[in-house]
Amino acid sequence: MTYLRKSWYALPNLLRFVVRRLFVGALLCLGITFVSFALTQVVPGDPVSANLGDRAASDPEIVAAFRARYGLDQPIPQQYALYLERLVHGDLGESQQTHRPVTTDLSQYLPATIELASAAMILALVIGISLGVLAAIARDRWPDQIIRVISLAGVSVPTFWLALVTFYVFFFKLGIAPGVGRLNPGGKAPPSITNMFTIDALLAGQWATFGIALSHIVLPAAVLAIYTIGSITRFTRAAMLESLSQDYVRAARAKGLPTRTVILRHALRPALAAIVTVAGMAFGRMLSGTVLVESVFSWPGIGQYAYKSALALDLRAIMGVSLVVAVIYILVNMAVDLIYAFIDPRIRLG
Amino acid sequence: MAERQPLLAIEGLTISLPTADGGRASAVRGVDLSIGEGEIVGLAGESGSGKTLSALAVLGLLPGGAKTGGMIHFAGRELSAADGRAQAELRGKDVAMVFQDPMTALHPMLSVGRQMTEHLVFHRKIGRAEADKIAIDMLERVRIPNPRAAMARFPHQFSGGMRQRIAIASALVTGPKLLIADEPTTALDVTVQAGILRLIEQLRRELKLSVLLITHDLGVMSALADRVYVMYAGRVVERGARAEVLARPRHPYTRGLLDALPHGSPSDHPLTALPGSPPAIGRFPAGCAFHPRCRFAEDICRADIPELRDVQPGRAIACPVDPLSAVPA
Repeated sequence: MTYLRKSWYALPNLLRFVVRRLFVGALLCLGITFVSFALTQVVPGDPVSANLGDRAASDPEIVAAFRARYGLDQPIPQQYALYLERLVHGDLGESQQTHRPVTTDLSQYLPATIELASAAMILALVIGISLGVLAAIARDRWPDQIIRVISLAGVSVPTFWLALVTFYVFFFKLGIAPGVGRLNPGGKAPPSITNMFTIDALLAGQWATFGIALSHIVLPAAVLAIYTIGSITRFTRAAMLESLSQDYVRAARAKGLPTRTVILRHALRPALAAIVTVAGMAFGRMLSGTVLVESVFSWPGIGQYAYKSALALDLRAIMGVSLVVAVIYILVNMAVDLIYAFIDPRIRLG
Repeated sequence: MAERQPLLAIEGLTISLPTADGGRASAVRGVDLSIGEGEIVGLAGESGSGKTLSALAVLGLLPGGAKTGGMIHFAGRELSAADGRAQAELRGKDVAMVFQDPMTALHPMLSVGRQMTEHLVFHRKIGRAEADKIAIDMLERVRIPNPRAAMARFPHQFSGGMRQRIAIASALVTGPKLLIADEPTTALDVTVQAGILRLIEQLRRELKLSVLLITHDLGVMSALADRVYVMYAGRVVERGARAEVLARPRHPYTRGLLDALPHGSPSDHPLTALPGSPPAIGRFPAGCAFHPRCRFAEDICRADIPELRDVQPGRAIACPVDPLSAVPA
């Protein structure tokens, strides 16, 4: 035991940090399976009537077969144990709606959402941080005022409304944006590797497909990013004002460094540590909040899948989605912690 | 005192700051100051006296909205105080600055090596390796143990005194002629203070450095400065050789500061606090700004702002009454 403890403390700080986070993450996942399972049990509504037609639901034989097929005839603890056992083998059960394994469904829908959310996140980070830095430098002067209005609008506009309006303007009126979906109608998807079409197209060297996939993702990603642009802008501005007033920034100026270096190296770095935390939370929110944008732009993502599963009380699918979203949340938070440690040596070196 | 060709001469420096209600308040009201080559000049005064603002004006680092007037001469160059761009030329290359709190003046997320070399690489246009070598030499000079390893470490891994040594080394690594040290020992333990003061004295000798030492602590001043300026409410009220000013203060304010200092045995010198508190910027009293706290004040003190006038060679005070001229030491 003491040997174990000793060798544990002999590990580099960063490695211990990662191992600890992975352990906690695994525990969290287990907790989430329990919570999502419990929730599906207490939700009022009967999967039988949600999935079978009226006539089928009135035939006791069909109902019994349905229940047996999906394990609904077992006692609840056994249903949970069975679920966990299958989970360990990578089996999330079968969707009652699509009659396919939930893992198959997820591997199709999840990449579409991750692709959309990542594109939105990149937009939000680049635009949000730039605007925030600009606003902080021009504090209380006109660029700051304008940016303040933009970011306030960003966090105030309802996403579904913005999605409809931008689609109407850019597709119907101006004709700049391509139509809905991930590709043009009848377009052939690139060879399936990650199921993110832009990346798969790049990997396969299909430039035309890449261009089409990219043009399809720009508008929904921008709409999805608007709220986060607003919040990252406001957060960056505040964090920059804070760090610009620090002694070490004044010291950097006194060293005669060019303003660009002072702002980007000395002032932005501590601000970034704070921004990363906000960005991590925003990414999680985007993943689970894409359903409105996905609906308007007919984006076949996990938001739509979760929505349809919820309507059909498709328990396996709902639990699959919850679990996957939770795992992504945990991974994103771990990534945030790691980036944080990378930015700030006080955390890295303890 | 024979005046050498000054390295830095400030003439008629004025600084006004924007106030919360949209007006302007004078913070520095006509300061003349000179520093010779290799000289350590002390600038003393309470907070709000304008001593730090005057130093920041030399570097063009005043807070946004500050307006300045007057001239700054540096090593044969003439710069208008109002033109911040000219001062930017001096910054880091000819004039360097060390700040009060080494806990906050070093960047917490950048390695010591990065902070020692980034301006060196920028100003001298040299490579990393060469800059590293110069930086390691300088760390050795300020007595950082194992300087090569120190370059890879971060400020939080050093003690306060060591951090201030690193900050000084970082300021001097580019070979500036003038070091502005703003309360360099105030944030440190007393035992560490003496070491930093000795270091500044040593560096002055070795590097032929001029130092503008800003402090409210006359004890620090007496350990180090060749000449002393005392500021009050944005004006210089007394200037002269350190030994003269500290042993025989002529301005009542200087005298008050010295009387408030503990020195010698308790019995031979009772401590007396200066009554009242220094006026805030924008609320300077009319006439001599010190008159409400001065026990020698006369009518003339309330009427006119006293000019700094020579009372001995190299010695000047801004007091029309001069009540301490006959007081023995």
